[in-house]
Amino acid sequence: MEGVAAGGDRPHPPGHYPVVVVGSGPGGLQTGYWLKRLGLPHALLSADDGPAGMFRKWPFFQRLITWTKPFAPVKRGTREYEWYDWNSLLADEPELRALAPGEMDGTSYFPSRPEMERGIAAFAGKAAIEVRYGCRWEGTRRLDDGRLAISTSDGEYTCRAAVFAVGTTVPWKPGVPGMEDVPHYAETRPVREYAGRRLAIIGKRNSGFELADGLLPWARQIVLLSPRPARISVLTHSTAAARARYLQPFEDHLLGGGTFVLDAAIERIERVGGGWRVHAAGTTRPGAIVLDADEVIAATGFTTPLRDLPDLGVAVFAQGRLPAQTHLWESPSAPGVFFAGSVTQGSIGLKKYGIPSNSAAVHGFRYNARILAEHLAETLGGWERPRPVVEAESVVPYLLREATRAPELWNQQSYLARVLTFQPDRGIIDDGIRPLAQFVDGTGPDAVAVAVETDADGDIHPAVYVRRGGRVADHVLPSDRLLDFTTDEHRAALAALLGDLMS
Amino acid sequence: MAQSREELLDLLAGLTLFADLAPPQLEAAVHTFDEEWFGEGQRVLRQGMSGTGFYVILEGQAAVRIDGEDRATLGRGEFFGEVSALLDDQPVADVVAVTPLRCLVLHKAELESFLLAHPTVMLRMLQAEARRLRSANRWRG
Repeated sequence: MEGVAAGGDRPHPPGHYPVVVVGSGPGGLQTGYWLKRLGLPHALLSADDGPAGMFRKWPFFQRLITWTKPFAPVKRGTREYEWYDWNSLLADEPELRALAPGEMDGTSYFPSRPEMERGIAAFAGKAAIEVRYGCRWEGTRRLDDGRLAISTSDGEYTCRAAVFAVGTTVPWKPGVPGMEDVPHYAETRPVREYAGRRLAIIGKRNSGFELADGLLPWARQIVLLSPRPARISVLTHSTAAARARYLQPFEDHLLGGGTFVLDAAIERIERVGGGWRVHAAGTTRPGAIVLDADEVIAATGFTTPLRDLPDLGVAVFAQGRLPAQTHLWESPSAPGVFFAGSVTQGSIGLKKYGIPSNSAAVHGFRYNARILAEHLAETLGGWERPRPVVEAESVVPYLLREATRAPELWNQQSYLARVLTFQPDRGIIDDGIRPLAQFVDGTGPDAVAVAVETDADGDIHPAVYVRRGGRVADHVLPSDRLLDFTTDEHRAALAALLGDLMS
Repeated sequence: MAQSREELLDLLAGLTLFADLAPPQLEAAVHTFDEEWFGEGQRVLRQGMSGTGFYVILEGQAAVRIDGEDRATLGRGEFFGEVSALLDDQPVADVVAVTPLRCLVLHKAELESFLLAHPTVMLRMLQAEARRLRSANRWRG
């Protein structure tokens, strides 16, 4: 058995480990927690000097857009509570669960950045997750025997699998002439410095609206520009759009209050005197736009710090900002290279009705991390997944209860599913929570997977995927006004779908 | 593979489907569509599966597969998924990446509004559909 290299006061000195995890944000810590829990030796490395990753600094206005509800319809600390608490990391031990609400002061159900940072640090401390801080990943190469070598500021690590939980944290700007001179969101100055200024914000996603919202009391005028119309969460039924809490600038625009939200392609940005001139072309409403502003901020997003991974063969997309990934978050073009944390948004899944997963946020990727750790423990550590037998009469109520309450299914809609397999020799087996796309595209015995999905009309309902004779078909169960999918109607519908499999 | 904004815009401008769009509309298209990447053997469109989208191939090749049998190969500039997206129906074929495949993708709800806002793209799509129908009729004859 490969083990942890020895020596020194700091944990995880250079040496050989089955797995090396890079990053101490919530993705790296969650992966490290589950690897430790599953008994797979690993090294957890971080260039930072403490836990929490991007939450040590951002968001700029120090308030998150992911909810944690201290008082919820279910008891705090239960599995079901995870749907109401998007900001705590997962754990088996009761004392490590739901740490985020304990840090919150009651002024908002969106934690402040310091509250979030404290919650993550508390998790790392209470779970005794050992991280080698101050150890910077500097390069990666493939050894002749197929292993990976990770060079760091502390020396070289070798491993059979490397998990990069490095976040989408590097400021990114599109290659528009003049954009290179414009400050990025990450370089936004203290708000008082924008008092009475005319401000152009390039970008209409959450970071753009966050700045506009925070600077409404300060700026003389705010113009938000980007080529496509703003996507609003309450209209797209997805968190991957501008969130409702940032929509005050949009209302200001609609009421003619001095804020403008324009659909325009930026052609170039130039310095004029002490300010800027933005040249753009209207998209939904054609015509040239020339805009003078005292300040311009590029709220154009972030990219993944992949360093030399593309040279190792890691395929990237989205203008190089994300690595392509399999359903189990491995690079399809560089075996052994895995990803965790917000980078896992690069594993698209089914994306039904155009709604993406929540893998870009803690409440989505914390589940990806558990499944990834289980996969690594199975393939590299000899861990055996518990596969309990489910009695036939329990299948329907169990699956409907999962569809109603399972946090994995609600936080990762159309992305993760509860899977049961029907095995002639063993009976009905609970295969756990699995990536839905892996189930749909995989092979195996007759089986059923239950997920929760929101369709294009915003209807939330259970979706049932049944594999018979190697072919998978999907079926939609009815919705319910109070989102209770355990009604007689649901029981009858699911029983009819599965009847022949359970006989 | 093209990665920068300029390369992506050039790539799009070179595709028949988008050939009539002015630069601002091309830029808006880049922001309207999502980009996805598929490894060799990965399914892009799934036969009989609801809630899918419309895909345009930027790079790579894909096989159109019905009940496990390959019926056609699609390459750069070609598109698929439009029938199920426009008719709100389930795809009648799998589309599977046979090489690393890079696509632009748009969901049904956005496809309709995009086509209505860009009638030249709709015309190009209609012409391509007419050619496909003609080929199918010749094959049957």
